[in-house]
Amino acid sequence: MQSRMDGMDGVIIKTAGISKEFSGVYVLKDINVEIRRGEVFGIVGENGAGKSTFIKILGGTYTPSEGQIFFDGKPVHIRDAGVAKRIGIAMIPQEVNLVSDLNVYENIFLGNEYRVGAWLLDKKKMMSKARELLHDLHTDIAPDERIDRLSVAQKRMVEIAKAITHDPKVLIMDEPTASLTQYEIDVLLDLMRRLKERGVTVIFISHRLKEVKRVCDRVMVLRDGETVSIDSATDLSEHEIAKRMVGRELDTIFPEKVEAQGTTVLRVEGLSVKGVLHDVSFDLKKGEILGFAGLIGAGRTELAEALIGVRRKTSGKILVHDKECVVNSPGDAIRHGIAYLSEDRQGIGILTSFNLVANTTLVSLGKYCRLLINARKEREKARFYVDAFNIKAPSIETRLEFLSGGNQQKVSLAKSLDPGPEVFILDEPTRGIDVNAKKEIYDFIRQLVMSGISCILISSELEEIIGMCSRVAVMRDGRIAGILEGDRICEEEIMYYATGLKGRAS
Amino acid sequence: MNIRAIPKKMVPKRLDYERFGSLYALILLFIISSIASPYFLQLQNILNILRQVSYTGIIALGMTFVIISGGIDLSVGSMTALVGGIVILTLNKFGGEIGEIGAIVVAIVVGMLLGLVGGAANGLIITVGKVAPFVATLGTMAIFRSLTLYISNAGEFRSASSMYPELGMGDLIGIPVPVWIMLGLAVVFHIVLTRTRYGRYVCAVGSNERVARYAAIKTEVIRFTSYLVVGLTVAVSAVLLSSRLNSISSTNAGLNFELDAIAAVIIGGTPLTGGSGTIPGTVFGAIILGIINNMLNMLGVSPYLQGTVKGLVIIGAVLIQGKRR
Repeated sequence: MQSRMDGMDGVIIKTAGISKEFSGVYVLKDINVEIRRGEVFGIVGENGAGKSTFIKILGGTYTPSEGQIFFDGKPVHIRDAGVAKRIGIAMIPQEVNLVSDLNVYENIFLGNEYRVGAWLLDKKKMMSKARELLHDLHTDIAPDERIDRLSVAQKRMVEIAKAITHDPKVLIMDEPTASLTQYEIDVLLDLMRRLKERGVTVIFISHRLKEVKRVCDRVMVLRDGETVSIDSATDLSEHEIAKRMVGRELDTIFPEKVEAQGTTVLRVEGLSVKGVLHDVSFDLKKGEILGFAGLIGAGRTELAEALIGVRRKTSGKILVHDKECVVNSPGDAIRHGIAYLSEDRQGIGILTSFNLVANTTLVSLGKYCRLLINARKEREKARFYVDAFNIKAPSIETRLEFLSGGNQQKVSLAKSLDPGPEVFILDEPTRGIDVNAKKEIYDFIRQLVMSGISCILISSELEEIIGMCSRVAVMRDGRIAGILEGDRICEEEIMYYATGLKGRAS
Repeated sequence: MNIRAIPKKMVPKRLDYERFGSLYALILLFIISSIASPYFLQLQNILNILRQVSYTGIIALGMTFVIISGGIDLSVGSMTALVGGIVILTLNKFGGEIGEIGAIVVAIVVGMLLGLVGGAANGLIITVGKVAPFVATLGTMAIFRSLTLYISNAGEFRSASSMYPELGMGDLIGIPVPVWIMLGLAVVFHIVLTRTRYGRYVCAVGSNERVARYAAIKTEVIRFTSYLVVGLTVAVSAVLLSSRLNSISSTNAGLNFELDAIAAVIIGGTPLTGGSGTIPGTVFGAIILGIINNMLNMLGVSPYLQGTVKGLVIIGAVLIQGKRR
């Protein structure tokens, strides 16, 4: 076997010829990498490149088909998550994995509760330790808050707090910054640096190359299950990383902006929802992309929910083509031509246990029925979207749980689009999907507005907002702090309004 | 097309069990039974089994909708007794006035309406009252039984009609009427579940209610109507049962029907968490339970032990489903 030298020259994890196959198909081929103690090690690659498989092997979710892992110089068999935890590998999964009926500190200590004596829980100690951990993360989440009252970003912070409770030697983070705001991302990246100073190795997976470049010491690029390169991050430009990921030269990711066509399609006047939205007014022109920027909790998703009738408005009007509409349910919204693509793909967007066809026609099923569902027509439409959106799936009968995030998102898009909306609200449409799929979705949004559909784009990625939108509404504390146009659409201006340095006082 | 080869392993195995698992089990049981007892394969015995399972089998069809939509109905047994009892009371009341056939028609109509009312009561408590289905129907289970006992003074509802029993005892080309009705309803329900919007929405609501609501599905309406569906099947079963016996015992009629109906659905491959399931599976599940009872009788196993076997089969079915997942 391998010499024990590895442990001494600062290598914490070494993989020798790690491969993983599922039924004869290799999703990971011969990965040889040495991850050093106290470094931030980035792994990038497109969806399906094998990133998740690789870290799931390190985290004990999968066992490798071939190859050997050395931890601290010693060969280890990480049979399950328990072994990983014992040797000091902690993992923060991509999807939030918390018990929503329990509160924050109970989740943080789930399975590792502090006790008084043999049976009684030491709530006080857990509360104070949880508060300390959360304080470290610069969040003001109360340790006794219930999980289901937290936003997606806050849940992720709790997940991170939970992972670092046990002082791991290696912390694996799979897309931790997806759905976080810039501020929260900064906090997280800062935390990664602090962990690193304490000698913790951080393995960081992200689609956001800017972050990878900012925080990582070295970057491994995976493509089709193979290592393309392992280099020091300072030697690589973002552009170069992206090129290696896709294996070809990438043109600019954002399509050309389209001029709005003039007539107002949607007008919102003085919309308020108790406690979350205050006097929101804006209008949306035909063929326009109106961006909504702001920090998490600024009320952007809540605004979308009010527009589609999920949240009851306390005052205000919604006018489509200058006619006032009563929108009290998603059904009303669809009748008035308003569609919504949710940020919470698995919680709201798609039915993972349904196949591609049934998901595609879920909203618009009426179009495919007289008395019975016309299965042929329905399947034809599903095939149309598979082609149009380049959806990769074994067949249109495949359940969505077996598709990758990017492909699920495309199905979700098809589902929202199939009723033929005039106004399309896209809430974080590219959250957690790879560069290529992102570009496809951007191109596709452009096609939509070219065909006369108006889009509202809610996004926490400023780059996306700036690259796509002809106007940007910045929200803060449930109000529109300002609407930017033309040259004023830039990172600085947006952040001024989002943080309250400029614009209406709240 | 972008349909690209993806390893077989990714194709769900559960589907196979859902579609065929209960059928395989049924075939296996059938073969074992034919070997174990020479009488098993006799036509009369098979027909007997089918008739015996048809009462709970019909209810299980409706129960399939409820369970797929994420609910459960424990009140079906006592609702059967209540509906059956009132059908007989109606029959006796109108028997002298509008002739026997007229009275039977009126009684059946009353029965169906009552089934719908009972289902609506459950549905309203669950959707409008936001009470968990288990608790709501546990409550109505007690209420329906108690009302039956009260109306009959804990005795029996006896019909004075001589024609009424022909409905439940009769047959068509040798196959008992209740079996025809179960199979006919199964075909209709299968089409509703797989080929209509309503069926699709029932699955969607059970799979993820939040997704369904955002997809403009009126989830409360779907959940409510699933209880109407099961109420209607209860009424059908109650009419058939009361006409076969020409009476309804307030204490015994429909006893444990909820267990058999739920068991048939579960053995048929519908997960108790809802979201998917099949009608043929439920029919096979019901017949499996019937064959087990029949075999245990023929083999002279103590009737007191039959519940044990049934229980083991239910648990076994769920264990297999869990493993496949």
